[in-house]
Amino acid sequence: MSGIKRYLIRKTLIYTLTFFLAVTIDFIIPRMMPGDPIGVLLSRFATLPEATKYLHGYFVQAFGLNKPLWEQYLSFWNAVLHGDLGVSIYYYPKPVTEILKAAIPYDLALLFPALVASWFVGNWLGAIAGKNRKLDSYLMPVFYFLQASPYFWFAILLSYLFTFKLGWFPISGAYSYGIIPSLSWEFIKDYLYHWILPFLSLFMVQLGGWAIGMRNMIIYEVEADYIRYLEALGASERTLMKHAFKNAMLPQVTGLAIQLGLLVAGNVTVQIVFSYPGIGYVLMQGIMNQDYFLIQGAFLVIILTVLIANFTIDLLYALIDPRVRTSYTEEGA
Amino acid sequence: MSLLEVKNLKIYYKTPAGPVKAVDGVSFKVKKEEVFGIAGESGCGKSTLVHSLILRKPPMEHAGGEALFKGKNLMKLSPEEARKIRYTQLSIIPQYAMNALNPTKKIKDIVWDLAREHGHTNRSEVEKLLRERLAMVKLTPKVADMYPVELSGGMRQRATMVVSTLLNPDLLIADEITSALDVTTQRVVIELLHHFMEEDIVKSIIFVTHDLALLDKIANRTMILYAGKTAELGPTEEIINNPTHPYTQLLLNALPRMGVQYKKQKLKGIPGYPISLLNPPKGCRFYTRCPYAMDRCKDEEPPLVKVGEEHYAACHLLGGESQ
Repeated sequence: MSGIKRYLIRKTLIYTLTFFLAVTIDFIIPRMMPGDPIGVLLSRFATLPEATKYLHGYFVQAFGLNKPLWEQYLSFWNAVLHGDLGVSIYYYPKPVTEILKAAIPYDLALLFPALVASWFVGNWLGAIAGKNRKLDSYLMPVFYFLQASPYFWFAILLSYLFTFKLGWFPISGAYSYGIIPSLSWEFIKDYLYHWILPFLSLFMVQLGGWAIGMRNMIIYEVEADYIRYLEALGASERTLMKHAFKNAMLPQVTGLAIQLGLLVAGNVTVQIVFSYPGIGYVLMQGIMNQDYFLIQGAFLVIILTVLIANFTIDLLYALIDPRVRTSYTEEGA
Repeated sequence: MSLLEVKNLKIYYKTPAGPVKAVDGVSFKVKKEEVFGIAGESGCGKSTLVHSLILRKPPMEHAGGEALFKGKNLMKLSPEEARKIRYTQLSIIPQYAMNALNPTKKIKDIVWDLAREHGHTNRSEVEKLLRERLAMVKLTPKVADMYPVELSGGMRQRATMVVSTLLNPDLLIADEITSALDVTTQRVVIELLHHFMEEDIVKSIIFVTHDLALLDKIANRTMILYAGKTAELGPTEEIINNPTHPYTQLLLNALPRMGVQYKKQKLKGIPGYPISLLNPPKGCRFYTRCPYAMDRCKDEEPPLVKVGEEHYAACHLLGGESQ
């Protein structure tokens, strides 16, 4: 199976290159922002002007911001490869890795269920719409509405309806102020209560896209020659759908890779709307305070998530679609 | 003894402008152990005719007549009865045979999905038969474990032919299966169909084509369709050597001949185009293009008349007495 090996090597190369480029951009972008991160930091210590000047020089040196950009870049790569993301300027003197470690569980607990649930429910609803003309005409406008909604807008809509108007759910945060995170039933209940609206924002918007994709694929596949053939040979409706469904699912798996990037971005805006303490919220804090290291760290996590997820899906795809496998095992494509 | 008896069958397509009369009162019989050829140009209704025997889906509609297959009227069967007859007794090799197999399923899985729905319970038996048949059409039995994408076009064509005939159907419909093939593959296909008959895998074949030269090689009897009606029906040899309907004559004349360059002699054709089937004229449907058209042809529909042994044609030139 040298073809599979070649496929793996190619994919690994592409992803390594993408990672390198993305991290480079990640390094450059915060540094192109106008302003002075140290100034922002020092403005919080409203001390004597003399001392501020002295401290400013000290901090610039401590963070290495006085060195030429290329030197900063090299030491940045060196640090990244050693798993060191530097110290946050805003949360000084907390290391960035520590801040991210505290935020990531909230992201995973929000993103992953939203992605999986929307994928399954969306594909299921889409398949129903694709099969049933009548239902289709009712469902499609809903799907389009959901899909076209920006995440932050949908989040605002939900919080307006369910918090301001109905008062059913809390407006912000991942848990109530008085509670200390633990594995107690009380905390989990409180956590889920806060989790629902951000989850729904991500879930609903994603669902629209999945459903539209699936519905169109089902309509296309049901008209395909191989379905007509099976039908002509007396296959039952169930068998026809089984065959059509599997093939319609394949692009949806690819879509998973594409949508994931969008979902991570959507996640950022939704977290900002609900002040939800995940990577998105941290990133926002970093940007507001010109915290180079925090921005870099948050982006790095996002880059890694998207790349790893895409890589996994590429591998999965070669496994489930014989056509992809064949195209890589036949000629040297 | 005939296997299939079609009587005055009418198959229309429902459109907002009215019914398109694609097949309008066609009658013929397919005997046991014969290859019955159906020929005609594009749009004459030959595909509609054979597909209507298998599956009628909107906008295709049955508008009259019957098709008795082993004594049962195919037009009146319940969907479940019709589904059960398909594949086991009445099977088809479609025009798109090269793309007929689901690209993401192994061939043995496709076959098992089909066989199971027709009452087979022993998977290994079905697979054994599949491997034997694949070997018979000179494919390696390993093809059963492969995905259709792993096969070449010609291999897929043969694999589809095996799949279609696996359960020994009585009647096999071959719908333009040679149309997209080069002559070498055409020969293979024709030989295979012949082989299927010899081995008693299929009892009879309806062979649909627009290629009269090919019919000459395989069909015992032939029907020439024009605009949804039978123009001529008879033993293939008779039709090729002694065509009586003007349309058949012109059709045979239009076949390109070897050794004559286009520059020296233009390809012969039949002037004009087939008529619209939405509103066919009440007389002879070939009237608009027929070089021998008479006044009578315009209003009076010519009946099928006997012109020889089992040989019929529908033309006023051949006399008026009905069969």
